[in-house]
Amino acid sequence: MLKFIIKRLLEAIPTLLALVTLSFFLMHFAPGSPFTSERGVPAAVLANLQAKYHMNESLMSQYFHYLWDLLHGNLGYSFRFTDFTINQLVAQSFPVSAEIGFWSFLVAVSVGVLCGVFAALRQNSLLDYGVMAFANIGMVLPNFVIAPLCILFFSIHYQWLPAGGWNGGAWPYLIMPVIAMSTSYIAQIARITRGSMIETMHSNFIRTARAKGLPKSHIIIRHALRPAMLPVVSYLGPAFVGIITGSVVVDQFFGTGGIGQHFVNGAINRDYSMVMGITILIGTLTILFNAIVDILYVFIDPKIRY
Amino acid sequence: MNSSNNILEVDNLRVNFKTPDGQVTAVNNLNFNLAQGETLGIVGESGSGKSQTAFALMGLLAGNGQITGEARFEGENILALNDKAMNRIRSEKIAMIFQDPMTSLNPYMKVGKQLMEVLILHKGMSKADAFEASVKMLDAVKMPEARKRMNMFPHEFSGGMRQRVMIAMALLCQPKLLIADEPTTALDVTVQAQILTLLNELKSEFNTSIIMITHDLGVVAGLCDKVLVMYAGRTMEYGQTDDVFYRPTHPYTQGLLEAIPRLDGEEETLTTIAGNPPNLLNLPTGCPFQARCQFVEHRCRTEAPALEEYQPGKLRACHKPVHSEMTP
Repeated sequence: MLKFIIKRLLEAIPTLLALVTLSFFLMHFAPGSPFTSERGVPAAVLANLQAKYHMNESLMSQYFHYLWDLLHGNLGYSFRFTDFTINQLVAQSFPVSAEIGFWSFLVAVSVGVLCGVFAALRQNSLLDYGVMAFANIGMVLPNFVIAPLCILFFSIHYQWLPAGGWNGGAWPYLIMPVIAMSTSYIAQIARITRGSMIETMHSNFIRTARAKGLPKSHIIIRHALRPAMLPVVSYLGPAFVGIITGSVVVDQFFGTGGIGQHFVNGAINRDYSMVMGITILIGTLTILFNAIVDILYVFIDPKIRY
Repeated sequence: MNSSNNILEVDNLRVNFKTPDGQVTAVNNLNFNLAQGETLGIVGESGSGKSQTAFALMGLLAGNGQITGEARFEGENILALNDKAMNRIRSEKIAMIFQDPMTSLNPYMKVGKQLMEVLILHKGMSKADAFEASVKMLDAVKMPEARKRMNMFPHEFSGGMRQRVMIAMALLCQPKLLIADEPTTALDVTVQAQILTLLNELKSEFNTSIIMITHDLGVVAGLCDKVLVMYAGRTMEYGQTDDVFYRPTHPYTQGLLEAIPRLDGEEETLTTIAGNPPNLLNLPTGCPFQARCQFVEHRCRTEAPALEEYQPGKLRACHKPVHSEMTP
């Protein structure tokens, strides 16, 4: 097991290196530069700026510069927010996204699994159709529709919740971002759970359990739930990364100041170091959570041994 | 036939399935009795309704299945029981072994736990007692190193070993009736023989009645007191194993017996019954076997033969019975 973990960590190094290299060159080959703007920058200023960011050097030299800094945990200065390093910006916004993400994940898993299990156990009943209808709506309704609807309803019409802001993560400020963030994940998890639960309940070993005269609740909890969770768990790894790295839409609508706002702004502004920083963050988290899922499998499926 | 020592009396058992293509009658008016300690073999081709009979008795039919008729177990109609009441019969009075030991055990649960839960939930035993009783039962089915294997998962067992676990699990509460649905079909021949020997020994040890569902006539000959031959959901012939096997009177039974490959035979090709079983959605009028029967006559196509007791204890549904002596 320890050997497996170490192996996975070592494998992560070349993966990340490939990710860094690919995104670095792709971005620099893309037309435009951080200093292209409509007004234009005087030649002398431009030269100074380029010198500050090593952009007067060759691309290879810039690349190795970047790698060297990265090795020291330094993601460089932002091209846009020139007074801040990327490390500072991430440190500021990531905890916000992570907190919204954590609660969204918790809600998505518990509500999604519960809905899926009950829908499966009452297959083709009104409850099942209700859950599936909700799941389909939740999947096709983008969060940029859900978010303004939430504001309209909870903040403007009923005035229960503040329409935006963060306020250090106090719970009234959390509720709507969590709803907007988790709805599509609840839907997806409910669908996966329902499908795999139905399949599990039709398997031969469940028939054996029924023939043994075990109570239905015992069969569901002790026999069916664990195998039914396998496909859900494999979905959760990547989903978790998606959830905690936040979303542009949530940050935009609720002004929470999470990391999501930097996704799009970084790309639009050609903020090289910002795009790189976020790419590396998401890449690392993805590798980490896929490894965690693989480790979780050991506890769920006894046939898997590392 | 109705003597008081029967533990199971099945009367006019019918199993229907509603399918998108229409109603399928998988089991059609089945009647049989089983005395304590007796073994009944139910034989027939795939799709003849053997397994559905077993599932109906255990209350394990698929959701679209409907049952009519009665099955009185110790005088109580178990087909009318609700799930909760049926759960007190399952394992404690009637237990079942399935066809495919590879998938019939829960792959995510230790074998010991799967055994112990039966005793804990049915007998209210403590974990420690249930553990010891389970080990004892694994010993009884000749599982080597039983104690060690309690902590293993099903994938660490071979097919034959898993079937032993299934048998041990079925016998934990010492049921009066064991329903074995093709228990040896998925196993290779040497393991088949071991499992059958084991069942034979356990049968005399625990005085359990057995319903042995199989398409292997060798199994029936070696194990069963009585045999019921099924075709397209109906009884074709029913009687003592020796009678049915050595003096078959139904053309279908005869065909089945002739299809057994013989080691001493000269012929190069295997004898078969030509044709295929009929589509249950679209049964012909008259005898279901007519299309494949070599003795078929006009009456067989218009009128279904009734099941009649042509000799005491021997039943048959055929207009044109044949009389033959088979060499064992």
